[in-house]
Amino acid sequence: MWSLFLRDMRLSIRAGGGALIGVIFFLAVIVTIPFGVGPDLNLLARIGPAILWIAALLACLLGLDRLFQADREDGSLDLLVLNGDRHMLALTVLTKCLAHWTGSVLPLVVAAPLLGLFMNMAPLGIGATALTLLVGTPAITFIGAAGAAVAVALPRGGLLISVLVLPLTIPVLIFGVSASYGAVADPAPFLQPFLILAALTLFLAVLGPLAAALALRHGTD
Amino acid sequence: MRLIAENLGGERGGETVFSNIGFALEKGEALIVTGPNGAGKSTLLRIVAGLLPAAGGKVLVEGGGEAFPTVASASHYLGHLNAMKTALSVEENLGFWCAFQGEPGLDVEEALETVALGGLGHLPFGYLSTGQRRRASIAKLLVSRRPVWLLDEPTAGLDKASEERFAGLMRGHLDDGGIVVAATHLPLGLEGAKELQMRVGH
Repeated sequence: MWSLFLRDMRLSIRAGGGALIGVIFFLAVIVTIPFGVGPDLNLLARIGPAILWIAALLACLLGLDRLFQADREDGSLDLLVLNGDRHMLALTVLTKCLAHWTGSVLPLVVAAPLLGLFMNMAPLGIGATALTLLVGTPAITFIGAAGAAVAVALPRGGLLISVLVLPLTIPVLIFGVSASYGAVADPAPFLQPFLILAALTLFLAVLGPLAAALALRHGTD
Repeated sequence: MRLIAENLGGERGGETVFSNIGFALEKGEALIVTGPNGAGKSTLLRIVAGLLPAAGGKVLVEGGGEAFPTVASASHYLGHLNAMKTALSVEENLGFWCAFQGEPGLDVEEALETVALGGLGHLPFGYLSTGQRRRASIAKLLVSRRPVWLLDEPTAGLDKASEERFAGLMRGHLDDGGIVVAATHLPLGLEGAKELQMRVGH
């Protein structure tokens, strides 16, 4: 399993891996927002956490279509499925998800505090948003894995995956953003939505890979 | 160790490609699957590997012991695609499959020597020619041990010398008590192998 994690990490770092594309997209979206809504610093600070979350969500979806498709195109997926008796396929999927998250999504979380400055957010708000992104984005990857597994055989599956996955990520978005607001706006709570966000991630860490494994097993042709 | 297929049927897109195919292979035996394009050779191999659901019948291994209880766990599958990453070096690719598939056989350097790719292990897989890629993919069969080799057009893209070397590898595998099922158009140089003729619409 560790070897699979290392292989996918190497692939995401090397040329054509696309690890940086997500960060650049994230940056582009955040930088565009102030041009759209105007230079009202209070407004920007208020919508900051939500914008960071939405931009991170979209950037997460960007690379998901390659999660299994790359392995399918070169035949690796057959062998990953064939070894399902040695390594449970759901665990193989979980490992691939973790490698994808570490390679493509973790850089987004690291970049988020810097981009928070662009939105004129307070340090506390920036910290809270980065923390909720750290805890919440794995859930998006896990849901996305199920979508990617369903669409693995489609040649242009990328957009379909986004359309399939986006509605399912709404709860993650809601609790992520409300926890971020809870940290800065006083009456709103931080801990409760944050814990629900963590619970969502743990729940989807089981459900997503299981669903993806099922789809992969029946999707081979 | 026995590999048994009973009354296998195969479908592609809801249409029956073949039905009632059966064979039983003892250790040290090879089965060559021949037939025209579209006869279902690849489908048969994928069904035997468990990568496609069978329309009927079943495949099983007997006497695989604890290490190889099922067909999937006992099999190497070498398909049309090489299952190697072009961005990684040949050594990294083989090292990964060795670690992931378990039951280590030859080490990576030895396996590369065996397929006459010694000294090329540091190159990215994408730099290799078609035949060299195929040979690197064949080295994948050697880095982890499996008693059953399921080979789909294994010699596609290989030159004459490599074909003979590969025939030698298969003979060595059979002498060690392995089983080979190969779909092919070309003679593989295996004496005494059983043959399964497939026809279109059978």
